[in-house]
Amino acid sequence: MKDDLGDRIRANPKYQELVSKRNSYGWIMTLSMLVVYYGYILLVAFNKDFLAQKTGAGVTSIGIPIGVGVILFTIIITGIYIRRANTEFDDLKAQVIKEATK
Amino acid sequence: MRTSKLIFGLLAVLASGALLAAGADMGQVEKQATNWTAIAMFGVFVAGTMFITKWAASKTKSAADFYTAGGGITGFQNGLAIAGDYMSAASFLGISAAVMANGYDGLIYAIGFLVGWPIITFLMAERLRNLGKFTFADVAGYRFQQTPIRAFAASGTLVVVAFYLIAQMVGAGQLIKLLFGLEYWMAVVIVGALMMVYVLFGGMTATTWVQIIKAVLLLCGASFMAFMVLIKFGFSPEAMFAKAVEIKTGLALKDAKLIEEAAKTGKDIAVLAAAKGDSIMGPGSFVKDPISAISFGMALMFGTAGLPHILMRFFTVPDAKEARKSVGWATVWIGYFYILTFIIGFGAITFVLTDPTFLDAKGVLKGGGNMAAIHLANAVGGNVFLGFISAVAFATILAVVAGLTLSGASAVSHDLYATVFKKGNADSAAELRVSRITTIVLGVIAVVLGIAFEKQNIAFMVSLAFAIAASANFPVLFMSVLWKDCTTKGAVIGGFLGLIASVALTVVSPSVWEVTLGNPKGSAWFPYTSPCLFSMTIGFVGIWLFSILDRSANAQQERADFAAQLIRSETGIGASGASGH
Repeated sequence: MKDDLGDRIRANPKYQELVSKRNSYGWIMTLSMLVVYYGYILLVAFNKDFLAQKTGAGVTSIGIPIGVGVILFTIIITGIYIRRANTEFDDLKAQVIKEATK
Repeated sequence: MRTSKLIFGLLAVLASGALLAAGADMGQVEKQATNWTAIAMFGVFVAGTMFITKWAASKTKSAADFYTAGGGITGFQNGLAIAGDYMSAASFLGISAAVMANGYDGLIYAIGFLVGWPIITFLMAERLRNLGKFTFADVAGYRFQQTPIRAFAASGTLVVVAFYLIAQMVGAGQLIKLLFGLEYWMAVVIVGALMMVYVLFGGMTATTWVQIIKAVLLLCGASFMAFMVLIKFGFSPEAMFAKAVEIKTGLALKDAKLIEEAAKTGKDIAVLAAAKGDSIMGPGSFVKDPISAISFGMALMFGTAGLPHILMRFFTVPDAKEARKSVGWATVWIGYFYILTFIIGFGAITFVLTDPTFLDAKGVLKGGGNMAAIHLANAVGGNVFLGFISAVAFATILAVVAGLTLSGASAVSHDLYATVFKKGNADSAAELRVSRITTIVLGVIAVVLGIAFEKQNIAFMVSLAFAIAASANFPVLFMSVLWKDCTTKGAVIGGFLGLIASVALTVVSPSVWEVTLGNPKGSAWFPYTSPCLFSMTIGFVGIWLFSILDRSANAQQERADFAAQLIRSETGIGASGASGH
């Protein structure tokens, strides 16, 4: 019985679509987060002077907006993924489950 | 409905308690008044949380209630609870202290703590919820032989919990020593005892609600502090930074080491001091070399995805959608909190370092460097607010310690006792009893370790826990869920290799080998600040190598079972639901 259900789900093109779409989306998002964070860390490691540079006449350095930017990027990219996963992907998932269990 | 009423009632009680305490203190000597306000507010918090624990105890009947609050927590609530678990006193006090001491370096540190959350969201949250039940071993060991994988998971959990607990206990001891004038050991014992009451009687329900209330109070308190700091500078970060640089320059002018250096090199002391003062606006000595920087970044990023007390929270929500919402909210609150902490750290430079009331005879912060945020609370909000922040910081430690203990106890009772010793045949009542006994044992161990590690820097201790979580728990979880060919043997051997490597490399790193163990400077075998780049690689390679070498019949079966696991992890069909409702 259980294997039947598994086979039915696997045979459903919508399931294949769900898995490939969601996983590739997840990996792309992961990759962009890694690039942003390790880019920042490498900047810290190799070019401290760049981050310590002043943005204007005052003392504020370029590092401040960049650092705060990394925090905001983290929050925003998480939000974007969740939005798509909770609507598009979950709808697709609901269809797969419905078609497999009817 | 009932719970929301409960929260509002509690907040009302807290507010009125604050007013009463404020009224009673008027006209008294400053130092004395401070102590009583803090104690009164903390008393109100404890009374409120005891009330919640009593309510939670009436709902905690089965092992499922104890571990996961019956699976009935919403995504928003869980997001706050996760944020609460993560915004520990160690990160609140430690990061604000790091910003006060080194400026920009503190921001680099804080960012590291945040960037693991998207990774959990994109790759782990949904799969964790779909495969898991009570502990992360349920996920990692979904298709594996239970005895070895559980033994590994329990070890990974307990080692991480132990390091994290030490950091929390040390924070608690310092804080209460400063506030109530109690002996360090007494403070640690109080935390241990109160935490045991929450966990023993209220299980996950009490721990979650204590965590949510504390998260709300902490976010409100930190927002107020940041607001008060910014208002002083007309909401101009530039003005705040300029003042901080000016103060740091002034301090550097009086610094004995710098004066000596100026005399030796013949450079102008004013120039040296100006450079020193300005150094808080850029990266400093926190990141020593590229290897340490990347290694440390990996520990923070992937460690988050391997912390057992955080992973456990994914099983308290009903489904994958709510699990995702949990991380989303958690990321928002934590990111916001770290921005506040950064402002608070700069606030501490401008308000605390300039005020002799907060400094001892040598010009060092009273109560140690980690007290930056606490002194700032006094500077911007007076005694009442100092009392509030102290009570919240103490509550934070209590709540985090409770969460850690709960996850340690579940590793012992669910993974070791119920699955390994009883082969999955333990009844719920017996499992619950074992959890409670373990809670007591862990509480006692936490107190003993807290006393033993009194002099360690608490923020640094947390990073050790992250390195281990990233090198042992995370690779096993990741590979077992995402890699078809992973086998029990590979996961267990690779996981243990990662665990041993991260602990061993930490012991021979300068911070432990030289600073803690007192060996001569330069004698540490491992030169980098974090072992993660190496130990996490060892973990992953170990899992891969011992999995592909595994040609047993068991291994073939485990690979074949991946197909069924994949369907459940992708669709949630068959996932354990909101039990107990």
